[in-house]
Amino acid sequence: MTRAKLPPWLLLLMPAFLILAAVVLVPLLLSLYSSFTPYQLTRPETLWKINFPFNYEKALTDPGFWKAFGRTVLLLTIALNLEMLLGLGLALMVAKVQRGQRTLRTMMMFPMMFSPILVGFMFKFIFNDNVGLVNNALQSMGLASTAIPWLVDGNLALFAIICAEVWMSTSVFAILILAGLFALPQDPLEAAKVDGCTPWQSFRYVTLPFLMPFIYIAMAIRSLDVARAYDIVQVMTGGGPAKRTELLWTMIGRTGYVDARMGYANAMGYIAILLSIAFTVYFFLKLQSARRELGMGD
Amino acid sequence: MAQVHLKNVKKSYGALDVVHSINLSIAEGEFVVLVGPSGCGKSTTLRMVAGLEDISGGEILIGDRVVNDLPPRERNLAMVFQNYALYPHMTVRENLGFSLKIAKKSQAEINKAVDEAAEILALTPLLDRKPGALSGGQRQRVAMGRAIVRHPDVFLFDEPLSNLDAKLRTQMRVEIKKLHQKVGSTVIYVTHDQIEAMTLADRIVIMRDGHIVQVGTPLEVFENPVNTFVATFIGSPPMNLLTGVVGGNQIGLTDGTTIPLPPGVKLADGRRVQLGIRADNIMPDGHALPPTAHMAHVDMKVVLSEPLGTETVLFAQLAGTEVQAKMLNPRPVTPGEVLRFGIALDKCHIFDAETGLNLRG
Repeated sequence: MTRAKLPPWLLLLMPAFLILAAVVLVPLLLSLYSSFTPYQLTRPETLWKINFPFNYEKALTDPGFWKAFGRTVLLLTIALNLEMLLGLGLALMVAKVQRGQRTLRTMMMFPMMFSPILVGFMFKFIFNDNVGLVNNALQSMGLASTAIPWLVDGNLALFAIICAEVWMSTSVFAILILAGLFALPQDPLEAAKVDGCTPWQSFRYVTLPFLMPFIYIAMAIRSLDVARAYDIVQVMTGGGPAKRTELLWTMIGRTGYVDARMGYANAMGYIAILLSIAFTVYFFLKLQSARRELGMGD
Repeated sequence: MAQVHLKNVKKSYGALDVVHSINLSIAEGEFVVLVGPSGCGKSTTLRMVAGLEDISGGEILIGDRVVNDLPPRERNLAMVFQNYALYPHMTVRENLGFSLKIAKKSQAEINKAVDEAAEILALTPLLDRKPGALSGGQRQRVAMGRAIVRHPDVFLFDEPLSNLDAKLRTQMRVEIKKLHQKVGSTVIYVTHDQIEAMTLADRIVIMRDGHIVQVGTPLEVFENPVNTFVATFIGSPPMNLLTGVVGGNQIGLTDGTTIPLPPGVKLADGRRVQLGIRADNIMPDGHALPPTAHMAHVDMKVVLSEPLGTETVLFAQLAGTEVQAKMLNPRPVTPGEVLRFGIALDKCHIFDAETGLNLRG
């Protein structure tokens, strides 16, 4: 019996190949393949019927899909910018604190320690129209006469979801920007003072350009996070009512697991991933150019 | 251009006083160098003038304005920092023009000022580069250019040359001197390098432990140091100090050698003193110390010689102290050789051994 002898380098790399194939490559190819079929979880034989552009065409011509797509982009834009601004403000303030800063920094991380599901439940309660804290507060302060349907109205529900996102993740920005502030060289700031800058001008022309790379790193990380937003939305509104807060992934999740149309869900999933990649690449390019700007190399 | 006055200026961090009530008046257009070992308070003093440090007590006046509570931007001064402190994200052109842009000058005005400064400092070919792509000397010139474009009342330099290599430092020293002659502004310059202080200053301010020890022209502080600290700090090689006891118009060193007191000095017998001799005033016989009426002679064993070309510095032993002497028109000297040295007594100083104060003063 002769055995084909593998070259040693291939043999040594084999475990890595096998593991990667098993956990990444095969599922990826399978899902890609299934996105070309009308595969339904309840009718396994549909997996063998190839119908290439069908699912993609269907997704791209479905106004519901585009609404969810637009809403996801909207959520991304608002949530990321809000988190950036609040995180920047928070970091600037915390950086000024002399005593107890360590404790403050730890406390800042608390929201990140909760499961997004729990955060979703918490904000669902806060924004509940009957027993929620917000309505209760607004009414007892006389700012609202009737209960506001926070989680029912489409815009208000999106607002509530953004609140939850911002509450949970502003500290990601704050921590990264704080790291940037600690690394900020003091000399150029002093030079700016002598050069005639007001505190605002020092911030605008010296501090902020230096912080930009840190902001873009946070943006890149968070854009991946928010683009796959599912848990908080699922808990708070379930994409409803009547799909008014449907995001890409709640739509994909429902199509795949509730309606069992896995082929179609996979096709939408691939489009959604392109969106995430686009955002990440965008911020990554911005990061690179901001670093080059500072002469930090590539 | 403006005068600068420091009146009883103090700086303390909590209970720690780093600058003790100093007084200093700087005339318009004067180049004043604050010099001293690290930790003497010279940089802190400069930073108080700049407005980067609060003033704990006293008054600082620029022109006739008390600037104690004015932020740096309202003091109209320019500062060159030790680490250059360029804005890394701006090109050389933007760095140079930044203060004018902040002052809301027109783009044409900015361009004119920047081109002028770039011309003076030979930065024109580098205007579009970022600081990261410049060498140390080039960054230094940009930092200086940034100061010139503003036509400030006062230039402040905080050890601007200490990050440069020796050759470049000498070059930039000359540049700064020329620049001052051209621009004529008041300059306050901080350094720990006494050669920079000697070569650049109209007046030197020597500081130690937060006090001003002596103020004077370079030659004044060189020729009439108020105490042993100034004597050994200014001048290279440092002044030799020989400890001894006065007895019959002579100083008896610990090994029994006696050296006459310098002319015109009368001291009681038994007083402990230090005789200060610069290397230029103690030379081997026959090696170019012009004979004067006040020569003393000692025999010393040479331990080491440092040939410098036109002269050689000899390290010799006298009464257990190492003495540095100069040898003009040098010949090779082998370690261990005993030579006869002539001392020009009229150029020597005598200091109190306890207080270190100059007794000739």
